[in-house]
Amino acid sequence: MSMQRPSGPFDSAGMAARHSSIIILFAIIIGFGIAEPAFLSLDTMGNTVKQASFIGIAAIGMVFVLLTAGIDLSVGSIMYLGPLMAGIAMRDMEVSVTGALMVSILAGALMGAINAFFIVVLRIIPFITTLATLFLFRGFGSYVTSSRQLDFPAEVRAFGLSNVLGIPMPVIVFAIVVLAAYIILAHTPMGRQIYAFGNDAEGARKAGLPTRRLQAFVYIASGICASLAGFVLISQIGRLDTGFGEGREFSVIAAAVLGGASLFGGVGTAFSALIGAITIQVVQAGLVYTGINLYLQPLLLGLVIFIAVLLDGLRQARLEDSKRRIIRPLLPEPARGDPPPASTTNKESHP
Amino acid sequence: MSALLGLHGLSKAWFGVPAVSDMHLEVPAGICLGVIGENGAGKSTLMNMIGGVVPPTSGSMTWRGDPYAPKNPADAKAHGIAFIHQELNLFTNLSVAENIFIDDFPYRFGLIDKRKMAARSRVLLERLNLQAEPETSVGSLAPGERQLVEIAKALHREASLIIFDEPTTSLTARETDKLFETIKALKTDGTTIMYISHILADVQALSDEIAVLRDGHLVANGPVDQFDVPAMINAMIGRELSAIYPPRTSAPSDDVILEADGLSQDGVVEDICFKLHKGEILGLFGLMGSGRSELARMIFGVDPTQRGTLFFNDTPVDGDARERIGKGMAFVTENRREEGLMMDAAIADNLSLVTIDQFGRAPLAMLDQDKLKERTQAVRERVTIKAGDITTQPARALSGGNQQKVVIGKWLLGDPQLFILDEPTRGVDVGAKHEIYTIIDSLAASGSGVLLISSELEELMGTCDRIMVMAQGEVTGEFKREDFSEAAIIAAAFKEVAA
Repeated sequence: MSMQRPSGPFDSAGMAARHSSIIILFAIIIGFGIAEPAFLSLDTMGNTVKQASFIGIAAIGMVFVLLTAGIDLSVGSIMYLGPLMAGIAMRDMEVSVTGALMVSILAGALMGAINAFFIVVLRIIPFITTLATLFLFRGFGSYVTSSRQLDFPAEVRAFGLSNVLGIPMPVIVFAIVVLAAYIILAHTPMGRQIYAFGNDAEGARKAGLPTRRLQAFVYIASGICASLAGFVLISQIGRLDTGFGEGREFSVIAAAVLGGASLFGGVGTAFSALIGAITIQVVQAGLVYTGINLYLQPLLLGLVIFIAVLLDGLRQARLEDSKRRIIRPLLPEPARGDPPPASTTNKESHP
Repeated sequence: MSALLGLHGLSKAWFGVPAVSDMHLEVPAGICLGVIGENGAGKSTLMNMIGGVVPPTSGSMTWRGDPYAPKNPADAKAHGIAFIHQELNLFTNLSVAENIFIDDFPYRFGLIDKRKMAARSRVLLERLNLQAEPETSVGSLAPGERQLVEIAKALHREASLIIFDEPTTSLTARETDKLFETIKALKTDGTTIMYISHILADVQALSDEIAVLRDGHLVANGPVDQFDVPAMINAMIGRELSAIYPPRTSAPSDDVILEADGLSQDGVVEDICFKLHKGEILGLFGLMGSGRSELARMIFGVDPTQRGTLFFNDTPVDGDARERIGKGMAFVTENRREEGLMMDAAIADNLSLVTIDQFGRAPLAMLDQDKLKERTQAVRERVTIKAGDITTQPARALSGGNQQKVVIGKWLLGDPQLFILDEPTRGVDVGAKHEIYTIIDSLAASGSGVLLISSELEELMGTCDRIMVMAQGEVTGEFKREDFSEAAIIAAAFKEVAA
């Protein structure tokens, strides 16, 4: 009976369900740590977070989209086309690294706005829209570059590999984006309204919320995050290949879901992306550390993602159950029988 | 004291069919007005006009003496009118406070001022005597508590008129008592209440004045002491007959085709027992939310059943819908556009949908197109579908009545022994209705059992051999054709002793 409030002060099953992603993450870390204690070193952990930042930054944008029960399949292509625009601006217009970063963010916002236009104005479902723009954005990049790689100036690489107080640049960007997303989602009216929209889109419309603006915003946010993620990784490599980001949409969606965001909308936080991206990276790094057969790795990673999606599905089934229409009081409280005209006095409820 | 809300000749017609006609009503400030009426009496349409959901066809409204013509629900809200529907409009993943403030968060420096929001919520919750923290997630509240949150929303907007539409259906006795105390307290504070319910005793206990609607007309209105429950029922009945029914051409046999023994599902229906005979048309009547459609879905196996046994041809059935179709059940759903028909597929494809696997031909089970064509043509003639070439014309191109015939026809192909028809004539014009009644009679004449669900009592009285009445998920009456009485059946549907 999910309608009733848990009886005790601690609802342990509910607690576990709410924090299942962080519990899974710690279980995996401890598991690998037992198998290979060197895995638990501060160095390895730091490196893992650094490597998780690429998928993680994009996954934050994906959480916004998933909160509205939408999906953005075009993030892998945005990761490619965003930095490409920045690189071209540096090459042809000689903009600075900061300028390139801005171009990259703007390009991401523009691509997100294109998705939003199709979804919000033309009312084409998100899956179809972003599947189309997945090909469109990458196709446009291939046309512009004639499928040649693009080299970035050395100062970009210097930025990407720089440290502030010993913290690597990708981690700093990751932290800033997580913090910004947390503030927007938890502390602004728009953030809370995004949750409301994802919980019940029709209800949000009836409540007079600006649903079209909310929906447009999440795709723009996803575009910005994907493009920024691409730029952060490219600035470490210094070179952009045509295949960059291809297929990454799946890791990004998996990270968000693994961290606790629901594919069905209304559930997830900025930290979902953080936890999910780190979990994926920990599994990958842990498998390397423990020397498990390299060819087994995709299978095991797939298994972890499968479990996350399965948990999401089970949680959704429970949620649907609680929304089920009730037309008579649930037992065990006495049902209202034929009440005589003066039935408002509670003759039957207080034994 | 002058009227808070005034209706002056208010009318609304849907495609020329009047739903509310020339209604004149004054709602004085500070009272509780009970609004009662049967299914289709015009209550929803009236509320939708007051709430700015639909504009009236003619007539006007006044609010505090000034002309009132809400453009949309937000406009009605801005005037100070709040609705508490049976289906609450709350976001279960957000907190109580967030639900109250969802469209006007207080903020400071661009961020939500959570402290202010919590403090204001706490005042509202205290006033409603709801023991919950503002930070509590609405998803963890019981139905009655959720309703109080909805009322808190209305109080927060300082609504001066709160309209309750069937607010007690999912509440326990204790929650209902608490709601009534709250409503009385609101009234004491000067809030005007409109209370719509099928539970007449509640309406009587709460209201200062009663308005009775029938066929879109206000048929009675006055102080509550002029209305006892029998008087309310008498005012509601007496609907005019609008269709002529074909005579029953056969009599039911004594063989039982379907027997329900104590079917129960918590929160939906309780201890349902009945028998349906071969060749019999059994009507199932109930008001909205009485559980009739839910029972039909349980019988067909699309909704779960917790307790009780269903016998079909004397053998218990507990499989899913697919298995029950195989045994000879057919279900024409209430919602033919969404569940019953593929709108863009050809009529013939729709007809063959249920029984397609009977048309496989060995060895590869490829479709036997000739046999399929022959059978679909035969069914088309039996249910008299008015269409051109049924193999090319899409179902979308048909009228409502003919679409319904396609839905019935697709089941006919499998020669089922039991038909469950849920609102088969909804949205169908009078001529096509008559044809559908004739088809229903012919189904029974050929030996099938028919369970006919309708919210139009006259339709059931015109076509059925027997009528079973449900209220609040229970069977509250059963009437043979010779005992049909509108007053007695309506009384059973309102769960009252016959007037």
